[in-house]
Formats: sequence, C-alpha cells, structure tokens
Amino acid sequence: MNAFQISWKNLKSNPLTLALNLLLIAFGTGMLAMLLLGMDQIGGRLRENASGIDLVAGAKGSPLQLVLSSVYFIDFPTGNITEADARLLAANPMVKKAVPLALGDNYAGFRIVGADTGYASLHGLELASGRFWMRDFEIVIGAEVAREENLKTGDRIYGSHGLSSEEDLHADHPYIVTGILKKQKKVADHLVLTSLESIWAMHGAMEKHEITSMLLQYRTRMAMVALPAMINRSTAMQAASPARESARLFALLGVGVETVRWFAVALMLLSGVSVFVSLYNSLRERVYDLAIMRVMGASRGIVLAMILLEGALLTTFGSLAGILLGHGALQCIGYWQGSPQARLDGLAFMPEEGWLLLAGVLIGLVAALLPAVQAYRIDISQTMSKS
Amino acid sequence: MLQTTSLTKAFATGTTLHFPDWNVRAGEQWLLLGESGCGKTTLLHMLAGLLKPARGNVVVNATDLYALPPRELDRFRGQHIGIVFQQPHLIRSMTVEENLVLAQSFTGAGKDVSRIREVLGALDMGHKRRSYPHELSQGQAQRVGIARAIVHKPAVLLADEPTSSLDNRNADAVIRLLSELAASTGSTLVISTHDDRVKDAFFKDFMFELSHERISDQLEKS
Repeated sequence: MNAFQISWKNLKSNPLTLALNLLLIAFGTGMLAMLLLGMDQIGGRLRENASGIDLVAGAKGSPLQLVLSSVYFIDFPTGNITEADARLLAANPMVKKAVPLALGDNYAGFRIVGADTGYASLHGLELASGRFWMRDFEIVIGAEVAREENLKTGDRIYGSHGLSSEEDLHADHPYIVTGILKKQKKVADHLVLTSLESIWAMHGAMEKHEITSMLLQYRTRMAMVALPAMINRSTAMQAASPARESARLFALLGVGVETVRWFAVALMLLSGVSVFVSLYNSLRERVYDLAIMRVMGASRGIVLAMILLEGALLTTFGSLAGILLGHGALQCIGYWQGSPQARLDGLAFMPEEGWLLLAGVLIGLVAALLPAVQAYRIDISQTMSKS
Repeated sequence: MLQTTSLTKAFATGTTLHFPDWNVRAGEQWLLLGESGCGKTTLLHMLAGLLKPARGNVVVNATDLYALPPRELDRFRGQHIGIVFQQPHLIRSMTVEENLVLAQSFTGAGKDVSRIREVLGALDMGHKRRSYPHELSQGQAQRVGIARAIVHKPAVLLADEPTSSLDNRNADAVIRLLSELAASTGSTLVISTHDDRVKDAFFKDFMFELSHERISDQLEKS
C-alpha cells in the first residue's frame, strides 16, 4: 500500500468534507478556465472574421455599430450610403480592394447580404456544391443555413424585410439557391449571399442605388493614417477600423471580466483555506493513525509527505474537475448561444490551462503545509501513552 | 535478544527515573509488572524504540536502538518489533485486512495476503476481514491490533496493558493468543500489566517487576 492509497482512503472516509472541498476548488478553477477559454475564443473569432478587412466605410454614426453590423453581422447597420460615393472611394489609389455590402433582409433569421464576388475572395469562401450567383435572385447560402433550414441547390426561399423578423415577407420574388458554401466556422456559415442587384431589384430601387457599407483593404501602410482621416473629413461617410473597435469592445467587456476573474481567484483561495481547515481539524482525530503508522515503521518524512499529498490530491482533483466543468459550461453556452458569430467551443484546450492545474496543486500543498509539519512533529511515545 | 543497561529517563521536572538492567533471551515470554504509573509504559516505549532514554542503551537483536539514525530506527522498529497497545487504534478509513496490509508495507516486506489470512484465522477473525474498525467490538478490535503487531513475524513482540479495556473472557483470550502467536513465530514476548487476571493466566516463568516503592520514592523527591 503506498502513500497515495493511504491518503485517498482517508479522503474517501470523509465524503462530505471531500465533496465540499472539491466543489469549492472546482468552481474557482472552472470559472477561471471558462474565462480564459471564452475570452481567447471570442477574441480569436473576432480576429478571424475581420482578417483582411482593414477598414469599414459606412453611414455616419457609431463606429462600433458599423463594424459590428458589417463585419460580424451582429448589430443593426448605421444607415445607407450611395453607390456613387462608394464607387468613388473604391477608386481611391490608397484602396487595394473594396467590397460593397447591402444589408436589410433576412431569411429565417439568417442575414441576406448583397455583395459582389469580392466578398467570397476576401474570406476565401469555397463552394461545397452548386455555383455562385449569375442572375438576379440567385443566392449562395452558408453551410449552417443549409443545414438548419434543410436547403439544397434549386430550392426557392422568400426573404423578409428587417434583420430578424419573418413578418414582412418579400412574397413577390423568391430567391433560388444555386450554391452552398463549405463550412469554415466563420460568419459566412450563417449568411445568405447574393448580388447587390438582387437586393436592389427586391426592393424596387433600380434607379437610386444605395448600399450599407464597404469593406476596404489598404494598398499601402500610409493609407492606415490617411484614408480614415480622408473619409471622415471629406465624405458623407465614416470609417471604422475592426481592429480598433474590437479592442474597444474588449476594453468595455474587460471590467466585467476582471470582476469575475477576481471573484474566481478569491474562490480558489477560499478553497485553499477550506482544505487547510479540513486537514487541520482531521489531524486531531488522526494523530493516533499517524502515530501508529510511525510505530509500524513509517518515518517522519513519510508522514509529512502523506499529509502534503492529501492536500495536493484534493486540489488536483478539484482543479481537474473544474477545468472539465469550465469546458462543459462553455460547450453548453456555445450550444445555446444566440450569436453564432463567435460560437464558443468547449472542446478546444489551451496550454495555459496547465497553469491553472499547477496553481491548484500549489494551493493544496500550501494549505497542507502546516498540518503536515504538525504531523511530522508528532511524538509517538507521548501520543500512545495518553490514550 | 533484548538487553537494557543503566536505562534512565529524565522528567521535565528535573528528576530522573532509573530502571534496573534487564536481559531477555530469544523466545522467552515475560511479564513486566508494577502498579500503574510506576514506569512500565515508559520502559516499554524505550524497548520499542519510541522513546529515547536520557542515558543507557537498549539492544534488540544485537542492534543498539538509539545508536541508529532516526530513519534507520523507524525501519528497524517496523521490521523487528511488534507492539500491542492498550487501545488498538486501528486506522478508521481502512478495513481490517487493509490495516494489516498497511503494516506489511511499512515493514518493507510487501503485501502477503496469505500471511494475513493465516494470522486472522489464528485469531478467529477471518470473517471480519472486510469490516471497518467501527464495526468491530472492543475485543475484536484488540485482536486485530494483535494481528497487526505480529503479521510481520517480529523478533520482539511488546504488549502494553493489552487487557485493560477488556472483559474477563476477552482478556483471557488475548493473553492466550499473544502467548501462542509469539511462540508460533518464535517472537520474544514482553507483556506489561498490572492486571491480576493476566498474572494468574500467565503460566510462564519470567516476571520482571518494577519496584513500586523505589520509583514512587524517586518521584516524590521531585
């Protein structure tokens, strides 16, 4: 029988204390793991979806709102800009690539996005089946749209006005699905893509062409400074940088995240105190157990190691459970979450979680230190003669 | 097998207690007699390597116990000495069998289940192998305590007031079993007691009596 088995049997003999300590540690670690993974994944998703997009030009208003609506398809658009203004901007020598977007309709909650084929090359979209649109009212749908609505090429669907409701149906013109995109775990999975012309035709606006926004790529480094300034000063549009706006969003979220993080750290420290109190209290009853082990030939060192091991075992199991709990919670949130743009994934692991585990082990060792030293100091003769 | 020379125990009060020299040969069975408080437990703990004397030495199996470094002493005690206490103090989180496996693993000999079955069988405790200590009666627990002390076939088996918490029937059985088991493993046996039941039941010839007067005289001087 080794020290591990002895410690484990002792822990098991007090199931309530064991459960309490495990729960405390697991909750603290779980929250930290969830924050760590969640923030990393949200940041990663935001970056992935904005990759290649240096700047968004759109109607004046909140730059954050413009980025959220045109890059991540979360918020409402800030308004419309004229096609002429957009074309003028696209022709600017500082612009390498410009992709116009026209938003405003949805199909079963999935946003219908009017764009040109530049959008597909910007995000590296590939077709799983069918072809891209050629005529008006032909659409290419994201993999998730096809899966959830059970659509295949050749199907006809009706869009409705607005970004989420299914009430104001465009019943006069159906869209025809001509292609389905490969799944790529980005926003495009949840989009219905079509030509700008289809959007205009659907709204009977063949004369006055308006679009929602334009995604821009800089040609030179210098454009980073000059282009936004030019757009904001001398056009009716505003320019917003996805990188800067997501950083701002994170700063806003930061306060809340920080609060939860400190709460989780406090919970972990509290669990350390709880482990300490349990070990310290149980020592009073276990002093005979330990003295007897010494009588049977265990050295002081073994007794010390056994108590340390017990603390470390508790918090190690607790931390492991916590990390699993964090992943489970994240997976659940990902499953039920409303915004697919930054879908959370509980099955992704990060090397930093190793630090969480290490912190757990250390808390256990520190909590067990004083009880372990007391066990080390037990005087066998005195203990055994006072029974 | 067991020899003490000029053993002395110093008390915190400043007084010292001198024990007469004692020589026990291998396989002998002794009673250590004396009223309670006259130093029997102290002497027994010294013999067991649990209590370092102020002066003098204890030689067990040709090894001077207190000349060993602490870790060596722990190991020596685990391998060569078995001790039965007044209370058995079984490990509560373990079954009877696990308590004995634990004893075996501390001696470094490794797990030997057939030996455990043999000892439990001899003590008529085989059916309680999987019971936890709180499921045992006082007498049963004491028998497991004996099994634990003898399972590794120690050279010396020491028992400190093993019958004081037992009724007549159990006390009788415990003394008989201690004597029989010690004889069967060839262990040298020393039982300390002030229990007359033991003195009457114990038919062996060797008795080592700590003089009541002398020790209390010494203590009164403090």
